[in-house]
Order: sequence, then structure tokens, then C-alpha cells
Amino acid sequence: MTIPSVPPALYLILSGILFTIGVIGALTRRNAIVVFMCIELMLNSVNLTFVTLSRFLQSMDGVLFAFFVIAVAAAEAAVGLAIFVMIYRSRETINVDEINLLKW
Amino acid sequence: MAEAVGTLFQWLIFLGVAFTSILASLLLITRKNPIHSALFLVLNFLCVAVLYILLYSQFIAIVQVVVYAGAIVMLIVFVIMLLDLEEELRSGLKLFYSKVIGGALAVLFLFGLIYSVAAKYPAGQKGTYTPEKMSANVKAVGELLFTEYLFPFEIISVLLVTAIIGAVILSKKRT
Repeated sequence: MTIPSVPPALYLILSGILFTIGVIGALTRRNAIVVFMCIELMLNSVNLTFVTLSRFLQSMDGVLFAFFVIAVAAAEAAVGLAIFVMIYRSRETINVDEINLLKW
Repeated sequence: MAEAVGTLFQWLIFLGVAFTSILASLLLITRKNPIHSALFLVLNFLCVAVLYILLYSQFIAIVQVVVYAGAIVMLIVFVIMLLDLEEELRSGLKLFYSKVIGGALAVLFLFGLIYSVAAKYPAGQKGTYTPEKMSANVKAVGELLFTEYLFPFEIISVLLVTAIIGAVILSKKRT
């Protein structure tokens, strides 16, 4: 009796579930830092899709794209957290529904 | 026989890590204290790093642990410490319907994704990087990064410098 190896569909479904949890978290939380963490979760699940397809199509491009996504996420983290610190300094809160400076 | 045992262990590791990562992300979006959320984010990143190793991509797994679980989450925890946040209050009825509608649309999107994945095997032109060749994954990544992907690699370095300058200017005290 031979066991089939893990199919790519399971990896893709897992990454879809993680992405959806990230979307729900980004929509429902008030704390801007938690929203930011949910965005990192979404980027991470997209990376999982890239690496899965790169493995099962036997190509290396997906791995390199995942590498670039990680680099962009690091840059985004630095700038985004600096913006949060600045907003907290001027408004004393980082709840996303109380920051309405650009609301029309 | 040995191959069957290997595949069995692959299944066990995959299922365990997949459920742990889903559980960690659910806890991430439900905990009230942002520090707990950050720690569950680390757990989720480590689980995904194990999945990368199962997919024969050691390089991305190491980068995931070092950059994501190490650097980015450390930065987030540091900012939480700086800001001294109180526990998040329940948001009440404000924006309630938009949240429900958004969550429902996200779940609908998940069903669309699952359907599209289950309906069709990912087809396309197969490359030359078979699992046997991927055992030297770091070498292959390095070769591609400095030949075919040299220009994006340089652009990434410019982007990182821009991010550093932006972060310094933003967090500088206005005089």
C-alpha cells in the first residue's frame, strides 16, 4: 500500500484560509498595530502560495518572488510603525476609527 | 517501505503544522492584548517556515524565521512597548454592519478560492528544478538572484534605503 504525498491543493487551501482570517482581522479590529499584523499575515499566506506553486511547477521564480515580498514587507514594517508612532504622538490614540483626519 | 514511512511523516507534519497555524491566526485576531497577538503571529510564522521546509525551500524558510519572526515582529513588539496601549475596548455598534458585510464577503472569497483550487490542478510549463536539484536550494537561489533577477535585486536595495530614510524622518521630533 502506497500513500500519496501531500497534494498542492491542500497547501493552497491552507493559504486561502490564512488569507481570509487576515482579511477578517484587518476589517474587524480597531487597534492599528493589530490591523498591521493581519496585513503581515496576508502577505505571508501569499508567500505560501508562491512557494507551493514554485515547488509543484518545478520552477524557481516563485521562491524569488517570495524573497522580494519579504523584503517589501520589511520596508513596509519600518515605515508603517514610524507612522503609528507619529500618529500616537499627535493624537494620543491609534484606534483606526478615531483617526479621521482624511475622512470626507 | 522506507518511502511510505517518509510520506506518512510528511502528512503528519503537514496536518499538525497546518492546524497549528490556523489556530494561531484565529487567536491572533481574537486576543485583546496586542502583545499576545504578536506572539501568536510569531507562532504562525514558524509554522509556515516548517511548511516551506516541507516544500524543499530551505532558503525561504530561513529568511522567514530571521526576517519575519525575528526582525519584523521584534519591531512590532518594540512599538507596542513604546506606545503603552490600553486593552482594546469593544467597538459597540459603530461600523457594525460594514464589518459583518466585509467578513461575509471575505468568507465568500474563501469559498471561491477553494472551489478554484479543487476544480483544477495547477497546470503550466514545468521548469527544471526537480526536488533532487532543490536539495541545493540556497545555491540555486543565489545563482538566479545574481543573474536573471539582478535588476529587481538592486531595486530592492534602493527600496530599503528609501524605507530607512522615511522611517527616520517620520519618527524625528518636529522642531
